[in-house]
Amino acid sequence: MIDGELGRTYRDGDVVFRQGDEGRCLYVIQEGELEILREEDGHARLLRVARKDELVGEMAIFEGGPRSATVRARGTARVLTLDKRNFLRRIHEDPSLAFRIVETMSRRVRELSAELVLARRAVEATEDLR
Amino acid sequence: MTTSPVLATSTGDDLHLTDGSRVAVIGGGPAGSLFAYFLLEMAGRIDVKLGVDLYEPRSFSQPGPAGCNMCGGIVSETLVQNLAIEGVNLPSTVVQRGIDSYVLHTDVGDVRIATPAQEVRIGALHRGAGPRDVKEARWESFDRHLQQRALARGAVAVSARVERAGREPDGRPRIDTKDGRSQIYDLVVVATGVNSPVLKVFEELGIGYERPKVTKTIIREYFLGRDAIARTLGASMHVFLLDVPRLEFAAAIPKGDYVTVAVLGEEIDTALVDAFLATPEVRRCMPPGWDPDLKSCQCMPNIAVHGAPKPFADRYLFIGDAGVTRLYKDGLGAAYRTAKAAARAALFDGVSEEAFRRHFAPVCRSIANDNAIGKLAFWVTRFARGFRPLRRGMLRMAAAEQGRPGTQRMSGVLWDMFSGSAPYADIFLRMLRPAFLGRFLWSVAVSLWPGRRPALPEGTQ
Repeated sequence: MIDGELGRTYRDGDVVFRQGDEGRCLYVIQEGELEILREEDGHARLLRVARKDELVGEMAIFEGGPRSATVRARGTARVLTLDKRNFLRRIHEDPSLAFRIVETMSRRVRELSAELVLARRAVEATEDLR
Repeated sequence: MTTSPVLATSTGDDLHLTDGSRVAVIGGGPAGSLFAYFLLEMAGRIDVKLGVDLYEPRSFSQPGPAGCNMCGGIVSETLVQNLAIEGVNLPSTVVQRGIDSYVLHTDVGDVRIATPAQEVRIGALHRGAGPRDVKEARWESFDRHLQQRALARGAVAVSARVERAGREPDGRPRIDTKDGRSQIYDLVVVATGVNSPVLKVFEELGIGYERPKVTKTIIREYFLGRDAIARTLGASMHVFLLDVPRLEFAAAIPKGDYVTVAVLGEEIDTALVDAFLATPEVRRCMPPGWDPDLKSCQCMPNIAVHGAPKPFADRYLFIGDAGVTRLYKDGLGAAYRTAKAAARAALFDGVSEEAFRRHFAPVCRSIANDNAIGKLAFWVTRFARGFRPLRRGMLRMAAAEQGRPGTQRMSGVLWDMFSGSAPYADIFLRMLRPAFLGRFLWSVAVSLWPGRRPALPEGTQ
C-alpha cells in the first residue's frame, strides 16, 4: 500500500466475498476493477465488471439474504469496506444517502433490461434459423 | 478567481429556495464546501437552479498560516465511510498517510491497538498545503480538494473578506465585502472556524447568534521525512495518557513528511508542551536525535467545547465549528453532518427559523447531547490516568485482547474514544457493561498481584 491509500488491496484473483456468504458489509472500489461472478454447477460465469467509485455488495445488505454472487479482483484493486451497521444507521438518520444506492440499482436494472433484450433477440434468431 | 456577477436582486420565494434563489456560504473549509456541494447536488436532482457563492479569502494551496485551518487533520473511520457513500472518495494525493492502528502510550507501558476491520480507514492529512517550510507540495490540501468539488458542482468562488452583514427591508440578508461589493441573498450559511474574526459580524447582527465556547490547544508540526516516519511512528496515530500536570490529552499524527503534535490541557502554554515533549514516552516514538525545539511551525488555535446556543435564524445558518462540533474529536465529521443537515433543511423545508428549528436543530442537539456524555467519558479517562493500577489494568486488558481473537472490549472503547469513530454515548454504554467492568477489574487485580505486576501481556510494547 502507498502511504495515503485507504481501504484494502486485493491482488488479481483475490476474492472479496463469495456467493452464499452472509452480507455484513458493502464495498466501494477506490482503484482498479472487480469481477462479479455467478457460480453454478461448479462453473463461474462473469456477470459484469465493476469499476472505480462503484458500490458493490449492497444487495445482500438490503435483502438480508446471502450473497448472490462472488466478487473477485481483476488485476490489483483497492477496496474500501463499509460497515452494514454504520451504513444503515446513517441511512436512517439521513434518507437522502439512499439516493446513490437507488441510482446504482436503477442503472443496473437498465443494463439488465438491455441485456435481456439482446438475449431475447439471440433466442429469436436461433429459433428463426430452425 | 472568478466572482459572481453583481446582482443585487433575488427571485427566491418567501422563505423557500426556488429557481434563481441565491445562497452565500461564508467560509470555504470542509463545512462550507460540503454544504455547497450537497445543496447543489440535491437541488440538481429536483431541477432547482440555485446560485451559490462560496466566500473564502484564503488560498488553501499556499503553505504555512496563509492557507492553514489549524487542525490535527484526521478523517475518522466513520467519515471516510460516509463520504464514500456520498461518492466522495479521498485519493492518495490528499490523504498523506492511512492510519491502521493507534498506539496508546502511558508511563506503565504502551499498547498498539489495530483497526477492528484490519483495514486502513482513517486518513491523516493537512487541511492546507502544509507547514510554512514545506518545500515540495506533494499532496493536495484537503480543504482545497473539497472546495474544488463544490466549484465543480456549480458554486462560485468569491475571494473576498466579509466586512459587514445586514438585512434588507424585505428581510433578505446582505453581505458587504472589504472590496466594496454588496450582495443580497436568500440564505446565508456561516461556516467559518471559531478562530475567524468574521463571527463578530454575525454576533452583532441581532439575530441571537452567540459563538461557541472555546478552549485553547497547541498544534506543532515537525519535519521528520517520509522514511524516518515509516521507521518510527509508522502508520499509527500515537496517543498519550501521561500523568503530566495540566496535560489533558496529546497525540502525534504522522503525515507524509511531517508529524503533527496536538496537545490539550488546562491553561495550555508552550511550557506544558515542552514538558510533554521531554517525556521518555514521546522520545521513544520519535527518531533518535530528534530535537523538539526544531519545529516547522506552531499555532495556538481555539477549539469549540460548547456549541452555539442557537445556530440558526430566519435565512441564517451556522454550521461546522461556527455552530456545533464534536468534543475534542472528529470535528470534520461534525462539519459533514451539520453541512448535510443544513442543505437538506434549507432545500426541502425552507429557510425560516422555524424550519431550521424543526429540521436542522435536531442534528445539532444530537451532537451536543453526545458531547455531554463525552465529557463524562473523558472524565473517567482522566480519573484512570491519575491512578497507576487503573492505567496498568487498562493497558493489560487492551494488550491481552490484541493477542487473541474475540470480543475487543477495552480495545474497542479506546479505539473509538481516540479515533472519534463512534458516538460518545455508545462508548460510555459499552464501558458500563458488566462484562467490560468485570474484565477490567480482573485486569486491575492481576496488575496489583505482586508476582504478576512487572509483566504485561505479550503485545504490550
